[in-house]
Amino acid sequence: MANLPKRIIKETQRLTEEPVPGINAVPHEDNLRYFDVSIHGPSQSPYEGGIFRLELFLPEDYPMCPPKIRFLTKIYHPNIDRLGRICLDVLKSNWSPALQIRTILLSIQALLGAPNPDDPLANDVAQKWKEDEKTAIETARQWTRTHAMS
Amino acid sequence: MAMSSDEEYGSDQMMSDDELDADSLGELAGNLDSDYDNDADDDQFLENMRDDKPQKPAYEVDYTTLSDAELRNKQKEQVEDVRHILGQPVEQTAILLRYFKWQKERLIDKYMDDPDKVLEDAGLGAEWNDDPKLEKVRGFSCDICCDDDAEMNTYSMRCGHRYCADCYKQYLENKIMSEGESGRIQCPTDGCSRIVDSKTVRLLASPKVLARYGELLNRTYVDDKPNLRWCPAPECEFAVDCAVRQTELHKIIPTVVCNCGLRFCFGCGHNDHQPCPCALMKKWLKKCEDDSETANWISAHTKECPKCVSTIEKNGGCNHMTCRKCKHEFCWVCMGPWSEHGTNWYNCNRFEEKSGEEARGQQAKSRASLERYLHYYNRYANHDHSAKLDKDLYVKTEKKMTSLQSSSGMSWIEVQYLEAASTALQQCRQTLKWTYAFAFYLQRNNDTYIFEDNQRDLEMAVEQLSELFEKPADQLAASRKEMVDKTAYVGHRRRILLEDTANGLRDERWQFTTDIR
Ligand SMILES: [Zn+2]
Ligand SMILES: [Zn+2]
Ligand SMILES: [Zn+2]
Ligand SMILES: [Zn+2]
Repeated sequence: MANLPKRIIKETQRLTEEPVPGINAVPHEDNLRYFDVSIHGPSQSPYEGGIFRLELFLPEDYPMCPPKIRFLTKIYHPNIDRLGRICLDVLKSNWSPALQIRTILLSIQALLGAPNPDDPLANDVAQKWKEDEKTAIETARQWTRTHAMS
Repeated sequence: MAMSSDEEYGSDQMMSDDELDADSLGELAGNLDSDYDNDADDDQFLENMRDDKPQKPAYEVDYTTLSDAELRNKQKEQVEDVRHILGQPVEQTAILLRYFKWQKERLIDKYMDDPDKVLEDAGLGAEWNDDPKLEKVRGFSCDICCDDDAEMNTYSMRCGHRYCADCYKQYLENKIMSEGESGRIQCPTDGCSRIVDSKTVRLLASPKVLARYGELLNRTYVDDKPNLRWCPAPECEFAVDCAVRQTELHKIIPTVVCNCGLRFCFGCGHNDHQPCPCALMKKWLKKCEDDSETANWISAHTKECPKCVSTIEKNGGCNHMTCRKCKHEFCWVCMGPWSEHGTNWYNCNRFEEKSGEEARGQQAKSRASLERYLHYYNRYANHDHSAKLDKDLYVKTEKKMTSLQSSSGMSWIEVQYLEAASTALQQCRQTLKWTYAFAFYLQRNNDTYIFEDNQRDLEMAVEQLSELFEKPADQLAASRKEMVDKTAYVGHRRRILLEDTANGLRDERWQFTTDIR
């Protein structure tokens, strides 16, 4: 791949040399802007014990624009929709070019630990979460067992 | 059909001019013919259309139209004003004013209370870098591009978050060109709320980006101020300044005319919808949308002659139909005989409620309410449609007139009365159209009758003028005077109707079947 910006090379280097605990991001060999990502569900959360796979792509205008990220593993979460898209401010209006892949992935991990049903993307899940948090958490746990542990 | 008698006009006046002020009464009471002869002068007529009279009618509001340059100047003036009071540089004052949505007094109050807090909240530090410049910094590495070339230019605002000039530039370009941001662009550093000032933008951005930045800042000014609104016409760059507030819209319909010619409501941005208040206008449009299926059959453009049942197509705006076959004359809207329309018996516009006995039972009731709605919708849609037909007809007529001009030796100025007539027709039909939405929600009382009389008078006048338009081009030249007179007359009837409805709204005299706040 021609002319990978220095910024991306550095970030990739750092991701492999000083990996973040519970997070793994590896670029494709044929496309260094495309990463296979896995995030461990945080402890004390309904996602604990699960390993969630995501895809991450750095668009042409990265880092002026945020990376594109999507969950590949099915997950029951008020801020993640059926297509795996994530509702997170730093991926949208609050993106700053000074943020990095590493910080974004940490934010996503934090989101798993602290769902925010008041700023929902998957509307029906958020609804359940607000109406009956206990059942919603149980469903999230079940989905984690079914889809994220194998 | 030409309603030729002068007494018709005369009786009209006696009926509904009671409420007018002495001024306009005097103007009207004189010999009508000679009055309108004076008005026939084109300039005089145009002036009447603009209503530039010393006493402002109740249906008009004060407003000014502002160009791009004027908007910029206004901002500059206010910044100048406040900057001396605050003792702050121009750039910083502009940011503060924008942060306070241009509420000068509030800014000054808060600033006097606690300047540091105000500066902090608005994304400015207490200190101010008066002269932003690029610097080369030894050993610096840019966090955005990871470049560490010792020769590269770097920049930071007072917050100290430094990036290479290229990255800063790209960042600004992205914010301004792609995201359309201007007044609230923050430092590129995550979590730093320092606002990028226009000096920084001027230093870093290309001329193209800088120009866009200026436009966007201008936009935020209009968007932030409740007394300003962009003209809704596509591509139009004027804004209108009007003091009417959102909370007053049940008492006034602030109708303005942009420099581009568009007549629109300052309150809601919709095309001119006088005399129907904004809230009613919205309810009506919603209702029409919901009931469009039911009402569809009405807008069909062909009907049958009520006498001989041969098909008749409407191709002009006029509602006075004459069957080609049997010569029966009837009204397109109510299908009743036209003979009744030229007299005081004319009640095509008024919906006669069925007596209580007839409307018993749920089914009968819902049928009655549908009929009532259709009565108003029919007329509303018809004026809308007729306005278009009138316009088409004008375009065709204009072509004929151009040829007539060369053959008859009439000058360009002399055929302008056609355009004036067409404009008046459009405007009156627009008003008439909305009188039906207004009437639909109007609760019946004594005032309703005055309104309906005004509506009828305007409608009759409009149909007469519209009818003149349908004449073949070679006869048009002969009816010039009549057309000029009727053009002035429809304008006059429109003003009477609008004056009455506007006064009623202002005094909260109208009672509606629905909430208009
Ligand atoms: Zn840089
Ligand atoms: Zn900063
Ligand atoms: Zn305009
Ligand atoms: Zn309005």
